[in-house]
Amino acid sequence: MFLDLLHEPFVHHALLAGAVVAVVAGVIGPFVITRNMAFAVHGISELAFTGASGALVVGIDPVEGALAGSIVVAVLIGALGLRDRERDSVIGTILAFGLGLGVLFLSLYRRYATAAFNLLFGTITGVSTAQVELLAGGAALALLLLAAMYRPLVFASVDPEVAEARGVPVRLLSMVFLVVLGFAVAEAVQVVGVLLVLTLVVTPAAAAQRLSARPGMVVVLSVVIALASSVGGILISLTRAIPVSVFVSSISFGCYLVARLVGSRLRLRSTRRAAAPPGTAPSPATGATVAVGTSR
Amino acid sequence: MVPTSSPVDAHDRRSFPVGPVAAGQASPKGGPAAELWDATLRLGRREVWSGLTVDIASGEFLAVLGPNGSGKTSLLRVLLGLNRLASGTVTVCGRPPRRGSNTVGYVPQQRAFDRDLPLRGRDLVRLGLDGHRWGVGRPSRQARRRVDDVLEAVGATDYADAPVGLLSGGEQQRLRIGQALLGDPSILLCDEPLLSLDLHHQHEVSNLIDARRREAGTAVVFVTHEINPVLPLVDRVLYLVDGRWAVGRPEQVMTTDTLSELYGTTVDVLRVRDRIVVVGAPDASNEGLCGAGHHHGSDHGGC
Repeated sequence: MFLDLLHEPFVHHALLAGAVVAVVAGVIGPFVITRNMAFAVHGISELAFTGASGALVVGIDPVEGALAGSIVVAVLIGALGLRDRERDSVIGTILAFGLGLGVLFLSLYRRYATAAFNLLFGTITGVSTAQVELLAGGAALALLLLAAMYRPLVFASVDPEVAEARGVPVRLLSMVFLVVLGFAVAEAVQVVGVLLVLTLVVTPAAAAQRLSARPGMVVVLSVVIALASSVGGILISLTRAIPVSVFVSSISFGCYLVARLVGSRLRLRSTRRAAAPPGTAPSPATGATVAVGTSR
Repeated sequence: MVPTSSPVDAHDRRSFPVGPVAAGQASPKGGPAAELWDATLRLGRREVWSGLTVDIASGEFLAVLGPNGSGKTSLLRVLLGLNRLASGTVTVCGRPPRRGSNTVGYVPQQRAFDRDLPLRGRDLVRLGLDGHRWGVGRPSRQARRRVDDVLEAVGATDYADAPVGLLSGGEQQRLRIGQALLGDPSILLCDEPLLSLDLHHQHEVSNLIDARRREAGTAVVFVTHEINPVLPLVDRVLYLVDGRWAVGRPEQVMTTDTLSELYGTTVDVLRVRDRIVVVGAPDASNEGLCGAGHHHGSDHGGC
């Protein structure tokens, strides 16, 4: 029965969409963590919900609605709260209002009770060819933008002050990154739903960071883990009457646990190598005694 | 805020030529590494400093001192081409400052990196080479060799492959200096690079900067709260207070007379062995006038 299902077009669509979404989420994840934007991801996904439920009411494709909602809010976050400290409160404010709107739209939309459930917890099995094309197009654009700004984005994310001094347009990058993030989140919502977006956008990258300290390798590992979670979760869900997000989040969380276990050992090894470079042992002396020492 | 600027340039720069340091080996191109002439900087409606005239010779070590909000960091931002003067001129190596120029290296203060940050020491240094360029970048043997050379020059080879989040403050600052040196700059701008380092590492990091200027004739502009760790290296001091300024050799500027005039109140400067102690300077670190982008802790008393 499982093998028969694999020949169904709707399964192909689902797997394709799941893979596309996972690649984008896996690539953008490490940046989300480095830039400390997990909450922004959550906020954007709630507004993707608002967009999608609004689209249902008006009668357009909810995938387009989700994309529109998340990009609008990404631009809003970028425009209103560029400073770190303000950002979370701005996001919290927009998120709450957006979610309220979403609830309103869903209560106006009375045809399917399952529509709300699908948006919140994910539905991949109903993806049409047109929607797969839309997802793939969005993903290609997002990946292209990320590739184009990869090096300056790494620089601006890990070291904004020096990046600015080196002429990197830090504010512009942060704006463009938010828009790309809007794309990525709206796509991930299609697979795992609004409430579980972080399981594809943050968990794989968090796991990857435990396994390597090389920036490029972390992106690769993050994509692999996101792919395994997304595609694996979809395959398992084919034979069960449980939403796909349950399996996706279980697999990615399992990867994270394994990575923590393995990673702490890798990390210990690299610390030990770095621990005792000759002549750099920190001086145990107190300030006063060293002050005389420096004056020689 | 005192908008009137009164340069306390009691000592004409010309009558006090730059110390003997490295002048011999310094690149004999002539011309200062950087020059400000009658420069006025405004941030918003606030005049940070005005009429500032100072030049920095190749191989010179200029310490920039002053309370928070006096525009020390802003001065660096002007030299980096990030802030524009309201009036006056500024040149770096004879040309107006340009964002992202290789003639300028920048060393910031140490800050904690996340322990999980996926970035090794060599990656941090490498950002100084091509981190500002678009695209993903390709692996290049030549680039790798340059990074290796710099890592060795700053003595960071041993921990080049360790995650930066696990390194000590002193190790991070060595990497920062390496990062700044990759562009082979003619002038090194340092913004409190010793802050939050213990004295041992302060000594090592400042010696590393000193070595570079001696070997390559690189001029150093060194913003600091605390002159004593670098006092033996300093050729001249630029002291900024509330729009007023004074420039000259440490023994000229760090005096009771000059600082009292700058602060507009009685400030005593004492010499205790080889240290300079400033007593009675209004503790500006509590003023919170951080228009210049300063966010230092207030754990430093006088200079």
